[in-house]
Amino acid sequence: MSIDRDTAARVAKLARIRVEEDALPALAQEFNTILGFIEQLGEVDVDGVEPMVSVTPMRLKRREDVVTDGDQQDKVLANAPDAREGFFAVPKVVE
Amino acid sequence: MSDLSKLTIAAARDALRAGETTAAELTEACLSEIDTAGALNAFVHNTPEIARQQAAAADARIKAGDAPDMCGIPLGIKDLFCTKGVPSQAASAILDGFKPEYESTVTTKLWNAGAVMLGKLNMDEFAMGSSNETSTYGNAVNPWRRATEETALTPGGSSGGSAAAVAADLCLAATGTDTGGSIRQPAAFTGITGLKPTYGRCSRWGIVAFASSLDQAGPMTKTVQDAAIMLNAMAGHDPLDSTSADLAVPDFEAAITGDIRGQKIGIPREYHMDGMPAEIEKLWADGRDMLRDAGAEIVDISLPHTKYALPAYYVIAPAEASSNLARYDGVRFGHRAKLAAGDGITEMYEKTRAEGFGAEVQRRVMVGTYVLSAGFYDAYYNRARKVRTLIKRDFETVFAEGIDAILTPATPSAAFGLGEMNDADPVKMYLNDVFTVTVNLAGLPGIAVPTGVDGQGLPLGLQLIGKPWEEGALLNQASVLERAAGFAVKPARWW
Repeated sequence: MSIDRDTAARVAKLARIRVEEDALPALAQEFNTILGFIEQLGEVDVDGVEPMVSVTPMRLKRREDVVTDGDQQDKVLANAPDAREGFFAVPKVVE
Repeated sequence: MSDLSKLTIAAARDALRAGETTAAELTEACLSEIDTAGALNAFVHNTPEIARQQAAAADARIKAGDAPDMCGIPLGIKDLFCTKGVPSQAASAILDGFKPEYESTVTTKLWNAGAVMLGKLNMDEFAMGSSNETSTYGNAVNPWRRATEETALTPGGSSGGSAAAVAADLCLAATGTDTGGSIRQPAAFTGITGLKPTYGRCSRWGIVAFASSLDQAGPMTKTVQDAAIMLNAMAGHDPLDSTSADLAVPDFEAAITGDIRGQKIGIPREYHMDGMPAEIEKLWADGRDMLRDAGAEIVDISLPHTKYALPAYYVIAPAEASSNLARYDGVRFGHRAKLAAGDGITEMYEKTRAEGFGAEVQRRVMVGTYVLSAGFYDAYYNRARKVRTLIKRDFETVFAEGIDAILTPATPSAAFGLGEMNDADPVKMYLNDVFTVTVNLAGLPGIAVPTGVDGQGLPLGLQLIGKPWEEGALLNQASVLERAAGFAVKPARWW
C-alpha cells in the first residue's frame, strides 16, 4: 500500500487540516514510512480473535436519567474565541 | 532545615507532622528553585499565589492535627491536567489562552488532600512525543548531562517537564500521564521513579484526552514509597469517568514490606532486542540478580506478540487521537485562525488546525484519520484491535501460570541529545516506547525505577510490570529493586 500525493491531500481534507500543495509530497512520504511500519500487523494470524473493545472487563456504569448539571452558559462560553448573545459565533454556514 | 525542595514526600510529611518545617517553608524553597531553573524549561506556567494560599491552608490543617499524607506537599502538574483558572493547554498552540472553568478529578483529589500546586509542567504537545521536543513552549531540558560534554539532553517525553522538575528538585513530586510510556520513559531518563497505574485506577476526567483507551495518570516521584503515597491520593472511582474502576483503593504504602520471597518474576525473551546496548543488557541482568537475592524465583517467559505492540499502538493511538482532537475546531476554546474575506466554516477549521497543531500532532491526526477511513478500517484499525487482544492474552497467560511480575528494561538507551533525532524518520522516535507500550495496550500497571548509570554517568531504569489492580505488590517489588540498586546519584547542578 503506497500513499500518493492525492491520497495525502484527501486525508488532510478529511482531517480538516490545511496542507499547502508543496508540502504534500513530503507528507505522503511520512505516511508511507509509518504505514510501512504498521504493515507488520499483516503477519499476525488473527482468525477468530475478537477485536478489543475494553481493556478491563467492565460494564459501563449507568446512572439515573436525571439532570445533574447545567445553568452555566457563561462558563461554557468563557473560552470561546467568538461568543455573542449567549452563543458560539462562527462564519456564515448557510447561504 | 536546608535543601527543603530535595525532600521526599515521606520525609516532608514526617517533618511537617513533627513541626520541623511548614508547608509555607517547603513551598518557598520550591518556588525559589523554580525561579533559578529557567534553563530547564520545566515549569511553563507558575502559580505562586495559589501555592502560597494552599500552603497556608495546609499549615492550618497540619496544626489542627489529622492532616492527610499529601497535606502541604508542593507538586508540579503536567500541563495536560485541567486546572481551574490556570492555563491548561497540553503544550499546544491550539489551546493558547485556554483557562478551564473546572478542575480535573486527579488534581481535585490532590488539593483535597492538602497538596500545593507550584505550577504547570512542560510536555510534548498533546502528550505525543518521546523527547519533549514537540511542545509549543520549547524543549524541556534534562538536568543530567553526559560526563564528558555539555550537550543538552532530552528529559524524555511526553512527561518531560515533570521528570526534569522532580530530578532537579524543583518540586517534591509531579503528576504525569502515560499513553505509551510517557511516565516511565522520562522517569528512566532522569533517574526518578514513575508509575503508570492499571487502566481505570485514576480518573481521566479533566485530563486532555489523547488516546482514551490507553491514557492513564500516575505519580512521578523521587522514591517508590513516594509513588505509593501519591497514588493513594490520586486514585479512586469517579462517576465522571465511566471507565474509572469502582474498586476500593488499598493502602499502597503499607504494601511495601520489602518481602518478595517465593514470588515468581518473569523475564520475557522477546524483550531482548537486536542491537540492544550491552549496558542495558547488563542493567537487566543485574536487576534479575537483585530480585533473586531477595528470594524471588526468576523464570524465563515468552510474550510472543511483543513485536507487534508498537505497530498496533501506532494504529490505535492515532485513531483515537484523530477522534479526540476533532474538538479543536476554533469554535469553543483556544485558537481560531484569522480568516480571509469569503472564508467559510470549513476554511476556519482547516486554517485553525493547521496553525494550532504542531507537525507531530498533525501527522498522528492524519494517520488516525486514514486508518479509520472507509476501506481501511478493517485492514488497519480492526486488525490492530485484534492484535491488542492477543497482546493482552500473552500477559494473561503468564500471570495464570503463576508469574507475579515481569522485569524488563524501561528504555532501549539512556537520554539522547535534544535535536539528535531531528533527521530520523518518525518511526525511529517511536522505538523509544518499545518496552513500555505493551503495558498500555494490556491496561496493566508498570513502574520504572532507576537502578544504574551508563558509561557517561546517565541514569538507566528498569521496568516492572504487574497484574491488574496489584499496584501494591508492584510497588513492593519495585522497592526491592530500589533498595538493592541503591541509586543515589543526583545530577550536578549547572542550571
